[in-house]
Amino acid sequence: MLRLRELTCGYGRSAVVHGIDLDVGVDEVVAVMGHNGAGKTTLLRAVVGLIPAMGRGTIEFADAAGNWTDVTGRPANRRVRSGMAYVPQGQQCFAHLTCAENLRLVADGRKRGKALIDEQLDLFPALRGLLTRQAGLLSGGQRQQLAIARALIGEPRLLILDEPTEGIQPTVVAEIESTIVALAARGGLSVLLVEQHLGFALQAASRYYVLRSGRIASEGETGTGAEARVREAMAI
Amino acid sequence: MDILVGQLFTGLSTGSILLLAALGLSLTFGQMGVVNMAHGEFIMAGCYTAYVTQQVVGGAGVSLLIALPIGFAVGGAMGLILEVLLIRRLYHRPLDTLLVTFGVGLILQQVARDVFGAPAVNVTVPQFLRGGVEILGTTVPKTRLFIMALAVVAVAALALVLRFTPAGRRIRAVVGNRDLAETAGISSRAVDAGTFFIGSGLAGVAGVALTLIGSTSPTTGQSYLVDAFLVVVAGGLGRIKGAVVAAVALGALQSVFETYSTASLAKVGVFVVIVVFLQLRPQGLFTLRTRSLA
Repeated sequence: MLRLRELTCGYGRSAVVHGIDLDVGVDEVVAVMGHNGAGKTTLLRAVVGLIPAMGRGTIEFADAAGNWTDVTGRPANRRVRSGMAYVPQGQQCFAHLTCAENLRLVADGRKRGKALIDEQLDLFPALRGLLTRQAGLLSGGQRQQLAIARALIGEPRLLILDEPTEGIQPTVVAEIESTIVALAARGGLSVLLVEQHLGFALQAASRYYVLRSGRIASEGETGTGAEARVREAMAI
Repeated sequence: MDILVGQLFTGLSTGSILLLAALGLSLTFGQMGVVNMAHGEFIMAGCYTAYVTQQVVGGAGVSLLIALPIGFAVGGAMGLILEVLLIRRLYHRPLDTLLVTFGVGLILQQVARDVFGAPAVNVTVPQFLRGGVEILGTTVPKTRLFIMALAVVAVAALALVLRFTPAGRRIRAVVGNRDLAETAGISSRAVDAGTFFIGSGLAGVAGVALTLIGSTSPTTGQSYLVDAFLVVVAGGLGRIKGAVVAAVALGALQSVFETYSTASLAKVGVFVVIVVFLQLRPQGLFTLRTRSLA
């Protein structure tokens, strides 16, 4: 689904992520872990196209039929329309738009627009009562649910999540975690997940990467012994 | 009583002129944050559009009605070209944008001088807008009423487009959070160009209307530019409501001061009030408030 080769990226001229190879298979959930400043968010921003790749690194993305396209030079909006979806950290939403407008923004111009919005509202029933509220006035948990719903309306094949449960009240965290697991289990969706909580990351993902100072310190399958290997790779 | 009503109408009328001149700027400067010093020249282009249309079409009434949409297209096209060729490349360099657009404004003035000559030209006011209407004992010129009506229509149309159409949603989304809009599949470049087209088009419409109350020269736009920026800054960036209230308030202030002194002293008075007001409330009349910083 996603193939990164020697991807280097950063801000201005200084690289934060150095020559990373990373794969996400069809219907696979892949977790990226690492301490603050390891380059996790920078990596995701480069994958979706908000910052450019540096040097000769490539980002390839497969279409529904499995044909690979090099999307390295494409702007973010085209990558998103070709099947990526990105939920940034910090429960970002269009604060001055209503909840409904946040969703319509992505649904506009899609044949199944209305049906897609309804599907997400079934997935996050809490949003139904908030549709006319200004999104900036919602709580963190509500905004995160809105952000995931907005991403899913684009009918993505690859969902990119940056710390989806960071800074959210514990009761909502469980709800969001179970939704992510359920979405992945439904099929037709690959997930690239950046997560600080090792427990959830290893439970949801089938493979993991550990970033340290912008390089891959460890990678492998989740399962027996994975947590010990991840902890060792993360230890400084 | 008569004086008060007269004052009220003069204020509303001056306010609606300010508003027409500032409405497009409230989009390009207020929403997008682009300091476009050539905005006045887009107004001037609208004025000359009205003049040329009248030369070609003949009938003053018909030509005015035709000139309004043409003025929108002319102003919009000029804005679009400016955005695509220059401003797009300078989005993170506001000072360069200011200088470049100022230069473009000067070039446009010279072009107007070369094409139409330095002396002012006049547009004939159509028959149905000549004379005045008696309202509550005061005679209000019909041209002023027309400009008020046009200002109301323009504001309403812009507000409806922004609030209820997919294009309006996209404009508000890109203004609110550019990166997030990109990741919602919206081309922020296309939206920027479209927003600039609409804002500049509104300047063209304003220009057409302003030929009804004054003559047109290559420097016509300059005189409206400062006022337009004042309205947008005093109203608060990013809110059309702010521009409306600020325009009417400034118009009223201007007309009240003019009653007790001269036009230029009134201008000084208005400036003083704005300087004091912005000291107390630097963010302007209205601001956007939400929980998130995004």
